[in-house]
Amino acid sequence: MSITRIWATARRILSQLRHDPRTIALMILAPCLLMTILKYVYQNQPQVFQQVAGSLLGIFPMLVMFLITSVATLRERTNGTLERLLILPVNKLEFILGYAKAFGIAGLIQAVVVTTFAIGPLGLKIAGSQWMLIVVAMLDALLGLAIGLFVSSFAKTEFQAVQFLPAVLLPQLLLCGLLTPRSNMPGILRVISNFLPLTYAIDATNKVMQGVGSVVNDLLLIGLFLVVLLAAGAVTLKRQTK
Amino acid sequence: MQEAIRISKLTIVREGKPIVSELDAMVPSGKIVGVLGPSGSGKTTLFRSIVGVQRIHSGSISVLGQSAGSKDLRSRIGYLTQSASIYSDLTCLENLRYFSKLLGASDFSIQEILELVDLTKNKKQLASTLSGGERTRLALATALIGKPELLILDEPTVGLDPILRVELWKLFHQLADQGKTLLLSSHVMDEADRCDSIVLLREGKVLEEGTPSELKARTGKTDMESVFISLIGAT
Repeated sequence: MSITRIWATARRILSQLRHDPRTIALMILAPCLLMTILKYVYQNQPQVFQQVAGSLLGIFPMLVMFLITSVATLRERTNGTLERLLILPVNKLEFILGYAKAFGIAGLIQAVVVTTFAIGPLGLKIAGSQWMLIVVAMLDALLGLAIGLFVSSFAKTEFQAVQFLPAVLLPQLLLCGLLTPRSNMPGILRVISNFLPLTYAIDATNKVMQGVGSVVNDLLLIGLFLVVLLAAGAVTLKRQTK
Repeated sequence: MQEAIRISKLTIVREGKPIVSELDAMVPSGKIVGVLGPSGSGKTTLFRSIVGVQRIHSGSISVLGQSAGSKDLRSRIGYLTQSASIYSDLTCLENLRYFSKLLGASDFSIQEILELVDLTKNKKQLASTLSGGERTRLALATALIGKPELLILDEPTVGLDPILRVELWKLFHQLADQGKTLLLSSHVMDEADRCDSIVLLREGKVLEEGTPSELKARTGKTDMESVFISLIGAT
């Protein structure tokens, strides 16, 4: 494992992003716009905005990073650059960690801007610390990235890759406790939700928003999901084709 | 004569269809060997198996004394894929820097390679804005990074104008003179004349091999185009 090679990949991906200002603008502005819309949708029920906005702060980065990563790695596959890389002295994990590093940085920037915007101009009140909210949002971004990397090995075309969003992320969104507290759900769904990473992401965000309870367990579990998903991503990355 | 590549009884089956069957071939060190054949004859699949990204069904491939695809070979082979595998959304320089970092090569060699493929003036240009020929040259440049001993070049001169093609062939001979081995495929028959030896493929089998003059003598033809047509056409 070489730090130089991880950094090389991360820097390469960040350079690609830098040459694509429209993507950067959309990554930053779209969540801010959505939060603004949300604020005015609930203009007459500010307490609902308080409840939903916090959770969404964690979900945006996850959705965005999931999409970006699955499209980016699929592009590497279809234009042949992935094959070129895999015949070089690059460890598969180095490649995966390079991606995690680059998009982790992008996720951090997004999280800082969006939470600051929500707390400042939109007047979102959080009982816990903004920094903890940013940490959670960034972990969510990495989670989206790790899921994206993993599922993109099962997609042969861009169309398939994009379809993994409704197939893999939306069920988590329904079960994570955002729509209704998990305690209100039937037992079987609650059990399933125990094994979904987004559940802990939402739980952590809610705790920070309300300033009650410790998020340590949530963060550890998210970390565990991350490690497993990134490792699975590295394992499913095949050097040889049939 | 030292062997850079030795292939014996290689069979590759894809979706039940044999792409390469019972193929034997040898590439001597320090030579330029051209693989010619109609499209669909298995050239690209053969190259992919040599660099180790194509699963093989049976037989063996030894590359630089090691089994194809082994870890130690990864910094010793330069590979140019048929469609230029470069990052379109990076500049030439950024593309080369990335590959150079992965291989632990120096930035100095990047300048040298840019000169070699005549892209110095385009180095700050995004790869997506390059012409077809420039893209191929950039991809070739990435294959030259790290001074590999063996170059596997899949259609390196496709889409290049005649002047550039002559320049590239000069470069290929220069590299061979330095002791590097080049295995390349081509569709242009007059290029076959510039190879030290030729392997003629058809339907995944070696139809004929030898130096250009041997093949001409064997078929009684004077140019490679006619040699190719008489050998491929005859069954």
